[in-house]
Amino acid sequence: MIRMQNVQKAFGDNRVLRGLDLHIPKATSMVIIGGSGTGKSVALKTVLGLITPDSGTILVDGKPADKGDRDAFLAKFGMLFQGGALFDSLPVWQNVAFRLLRGTLKRPVEEAREIAIEKLRRVGLKSEVADRFPAELSGGMQKRVGLARAIAAEPEIIFFDEPTTGLDPIMSGVINDLIREIVVEMGATAMTITHDMSSVRAIADNVAMLHDGVIQWTGPVADMDASGDPYLDQFIHGRAEGPIEAVR
Amino acid sequence: MSPIALLAQLGRAVLTALAALGRLSLFAADTLSHMLRPPFYPREFFASLLNIGWLSLPVVGLTAIFTGGALALQIYSGGARFNAEAVVPQIVAIGIVRELGPVLVGLMIAARVTSSIAAEIATMKVTEQIDALVTLSTHPMKYLVAPRVAAALITVPLLVAVGDIIGIAGGYTVATQNLGFNAAAYIKNTVDFLELKDVVSSLVKGCAFGGIAATMGCYYGIQSGRGAQGVGAATKSSVEAAAILILAANFVLTGIFFSL
Ligand SMILES: Nc1ncnc2c1ncn2[C@@H]1O[C@H](COP(=O)(O)OP(=O)(O)OP(=O)(O)O)[C@@H](O)[C@H]1O
Ligand SMILES: [Mg+2]
Repeated sequence: MIRMQNVQKAFGDNRVLRGLDLHIPKATSMVIIGGSGTGKSVALKTVLGLITPDSGTILVDGKPADKGDRDAFLAKFGMLFQGGALFDSLPVWQNVAFRLLRGTLKRPVEEAREIAIEKLRRVGLKSEVADRFPAELSGGMQKRVGLARAIAAEPEIIFFDEPTTGLDPIMSGVINDLIREIVVEMGATAMTITHDMSSVRAIADNVAMLHDGVIQWTGPVADMDASGDPYLDQFIHGRAEGPIEAVR
Repeated sequence: MSPIALLAQLGRAVLTALAALGRLSLFAADTLSHMLRPPFYPREFFASLLNIGWLSLPVVGLTAIFTGGALALQIYSGGARFNAEAVVPQIVAIGIVRELGPVLVGLMIAARVTSSIAAEIATMKVTEQIDALVTLSTHPMKYLVAPRVAAALITVPLLVAVGDIIGIAGGYTVATQNLGFNAAAYIKNTVDFLELKDVVSSLVKGCAFGGIAATMGCYYGIQSGRGAQGVGAATKSSVEAAAILILAANFVLTGIFFSL
């Protein structure tokens, strides 16, 4: 479904991606782990064309991501941004239903609102929240509204940038279940960035670890513990000692 | 510094300015093309009409009335030096309609609208809201830029017309209350003296300045750097650029309308 080959991206002399290779089969859940600042968010954004890679190819459904009809391409995607990126001039329900209120997926307002409230419920938010503005919500609530917006139009491919960061353990569990459900029941392809190892085990079919601008290790989640890779071992056990330096 | 080095520096400055002007022109052309092609976003457009037009009325009215009043006083006291006090209505009308009305409204719009557009769009950029728009299949040029620029093109000439009228009213009030002018004669002199060309030039200037003010706000907002500092810098640059371009455009338009 998504194939990244030798993707490189530098900001000035900060070489963030140094030849990333990654393959995500259709209707599977890929979780990307890796230290803070290693370029996980950048990798997601290159697929969506929000950041143009310096070199390398990105194929989605076998077609180059940067060519062809951009609207049709983007219509396949949903994305939860790390910072939520809610539109603060719009009430919550209009954020969630943004796609359903305009453009090719436009529906009657009442229907769009109903869908928005249903999606909010799925991320554990009551319908009262619908008419509030994003600035009136807590960080974790904003994150969940962002999640509801990402899934509102039922896209084929969904990117989650740290969906459970800032949530309490129960809510994290709810969100993990939701992501799993979206992949299994709706057949969506998901790519999730997370630092939370319990999320990794709950969500992932496959895991990829990004380090030094390349995929250091990738494989099925079941193989993660017995990988023998010192970088991965250090990361999943959260050890300060190991090949990954603590100061980066 | 050697003459050559000086020349090189001058050349670089000119080139930088030309490059900036080129980018701005490309942005303006891009905006125009998005304004003319669907999808359109009427809700954003009407919100901009309200914000740029209606909500600017108090500022425009106050600026105009004080300027008109001060202008009448100055013309009266200056005119007294060669016994030409009687021209107050005519000069106030010309001064306000041809120059001060459009320029002052343009500058107030730069202060009020350009800055708010730049800060809003820059904040959206910094908080990834613009990226989010893109992933929701919505083109930022169409959704954010086109409605604002279109609204400014329509409302700022109207604001200029209002400013012209209120400015003349300010002059009228001072002239009739303090300077002993006859009310009916003042109005007659004003109306007889103004030509269609004066009014048309005023509205054309309003349209141009409105376009400049909104476009600069959007351009610098979208180009914004990262963080709060980026938002601050974008806002500052947008107002500077809008004010300077408005004054330069005013000079050019005055030349086109009145020196040919
Ligand atoms: N637009 C940009 N301009 C310049 N540098 C950038 C930009 N975006 C990201 N970077 C740099 O790229 C590197 C990777 O950033 P990225 O946001 O992808 O990290 P990350 O792996 O998602 O980290 P975290 O887990 O903390 O979110 C960082 O060094 C960052 O400074
Ligand atoms: Mg990140």
